[in-house]
Amino acid sequence: MTQIELRGVQKFFGAVQVIKDLNLKIDDNEFIVLLGQSGCGKTTTLRAIAGLETIDGGDVLIDGKPVQHLKAADRDIAMVFQSFSLYPHMSVYENIAFPLRAMRKSKAEIDGEVRSVAKVLQINDLLGKKPSALSGGDMQRVAIGRALVRRPKAMLMDEPIGALDAKLREEMRAEIKRLHIKQGSTTIYVTHDQIEAMSLADRIVIMHEGVLQQVGSPSEVYTRPANLFVAQFVGSPVMNVANAAVTMNGSGARVTVDGAAEGFLFPAELVGQLDAANVGQDRLALGIRPEGVMVSREAADGYLPVEAHIIEPLGSYDIVDLKVGAQMLRARTRSGFVGKPGVQVFAKLDPAQAHFFDTTSGNSLGVRL
Amino acid sequence: MAAVTTSTERSLNKLAIVGVLIVTIIFLAPIYWIASTAFKPRNLATTIPPTVVFQPEISPFVKLFTKRSQLRTAPTPEQYAAAPWWERLVFDGGEKVVRSGRGEVQWSGYPNRFMNSLIVAITSTILAVGMGTFTAYGFSRFKIKGEQDLLFFILSTRMLPPVVVAIPMFLMYRAVGLNDTHWGLIILYTAFNLSFSVWLMKGFMDEIPKEYEEAALVDGYTRIEAFFKIVLPEAATGIAATAVFCFITAWNEYAFALIMTNRRAQTAPPFIPSQVGSGLSDWTVIAAGTFLFLLPVAIFTFLLRNHLLRGMSFGAIRK
Repeated sequence: MTQIELRGVQKFFGAVQVIKDLNLKIDDNEFIVLLGQSGCGKTTTLRAIAGLETIDGGDVLIDGKPVQHLKAADRDIAMVFQSFSLYPHMSVYENIAFPLRAMRKSKAEIDGEVRSVAKVLQINDLLGKKPSALSGGDMQRVAIGRALVRRPKAMLMDEPIGALDAKLREEMRAEIKRLHIKQGSTTIYVTHDQIEAMSLADRIVIMHEGVLQQVGSPSEVYTRPANLFVAQFVGSPVMNVANAAVTMNGSGARVTVDGAAEGFLFPAELVGQLDAANVGQDRLALGIRPEGVMVSREAADGYLPVEAHIIEPLGSYDIVDLKVGAQMLRARTRSGFVGKPGVQVFAKLDPAQAHFFDTTSGNSLGVRL
Repeated sequence: MAAVTTSTERSLNKLAIVGVLIVTIIFLAPIYWIASTAFKPRNLATTIPPTVVFQPEISPFVKLFTKRSQLRTAPTPEQYAAAPWWERLVFDGGEKVVRSGRGEVQWSGYPNRFMNSLIVAITSTILAVGMGTFTAYGFSRFKIKGEQDLLFFILSTRMLPPVVVAIPMFLMYRAVGLNDTHWGLIILYTAFNLSFSVWLMKGFMDEIPKEYEEAALVDGYTRIEAFFKIVLPEAATGIAATAVFCFITAWNEYAFALIMTNRRAQTAPPFIPSQVGSGLSDWTVIAAGTFLFLLPVAIFTFLLRNHLLRGMSFGAIRK
């Protein structure tokens, strides 16, 4: 049972504040992914939990006990580094046994535990080899083995598969997930790759410039982004964001994208919800994911005529840039649905997938249709 | 066209090989000279033209290690028969081995000087490399106020030719009673080598990713344990290269050894030439002394050759 809590954590590098008042509670057995661009403070946060970085304010608690004054060695936490950091002068066996030797375990105990971890990770055949003789994937397995072997309170992983090639990354992602389900330990995983985050996490923690942006399950951060940063950072292709104006028109609302002649039809509740949010029209931004932009080749009810601008075929689907007023809206369509650039098609927005943001604060207005 | 290029390349290659051979011969000639003279009979050591083919003998080494005096009269056949084989070699050269009243063979000054050289060079190398490694680790891993200035200060101690301070050093040493002591020379050579060792080791330390130690810290070790278990083995190449250079400097040092020592702690370099002028100069003995003196550095360098080859390309060890 391991819970980790960060309370008001602050960290400065010189005059630069890299972690700003970070509060986060991580439950036992949870797989948490810290997601953000490089330099957002996610790795520093991880290192602060590990004890490799001192913090300038706040508390780091493990199982309710403050540990910010404890050395890394005394926190009983294991870490997997991006560079794997296998000790080059030791064999795989010695690398995995290394943390156990620190615990002054007997030879027989060490041998038993090293072999059982090696079996779980399917690296039994590699025990006699030196790290330099291993492939990237095997090095990573050994690094995970070294972290798992002493059954730490928590596992920290700093972009552990970032250095692998795409195919191997996919394999290792699945393996890490499998291991976590099997071994079940509190895990904090740092990555800048949102696909990794979405596929592995129980909860994703999104950070930007040292500030926590949103914490939530993968589907939550995807479907209910808390602000413009999260909306545009999570999801690929990126969410469309455009300044928009909302007007009442008969029985429904019309959302007019900047510079467009006509507005998209939305349910009338939109106006009420926006009024409740109390945001002026000049500060309103519409966000919609490409799959929320529906495209038709024929004119239909509620569809507006638009021009297809660029088509990016991505195999299983196409991304089509539609010119709407001064803006480009990216739509996701079936492969080859729009024949060629320049043709006129018809588009409609799915109100259930639309998000509205305050452009000044960047925050979501919480509109649900 | 391609064939022409290849043949040009080939002849250039041959030319390069010839060049390397010539340079090698030039460098090895003095060493061959010393080594061959060390095994020559005395009358062949100074012949003109030089003797190249001869029957090697080890009498120069016997003479090197023993105290001898000139024979006034030839030994009697009984004396000659009773003498061990090595003493006969001395008799053959027209000398006799000096013995104490109880008949013990008197050693020459060489073995002691050689031991002194070993003691001083090994101890000062260990101290310089050891302290240099720790200092370099500190500079490499921790944020130190005025780091650049401190490093420059350390380097600046090498900017002065050491001999410039020889006389003040001698006076200071005499005042504190360090002249003609092993520790005197050890401190001196350690001080010479330390700046070099710090700078060289800093380069190697910077190359060792700090994630290795961080991994060890997280794995449950203290920083000092991580240093000894992870950093030191990783720095082995750098340590070996630095040690060879420090050892060579301390082993070959002549000027301070000449000034600071005269008997008890004298090292081999000032002793060997001092034998040239005493009585009758026997070049074979001097060559034998020099030949033996060359061996430790050669052996040490040979043992560490793999480390050295990697260590020479500073900063290119691994990434």
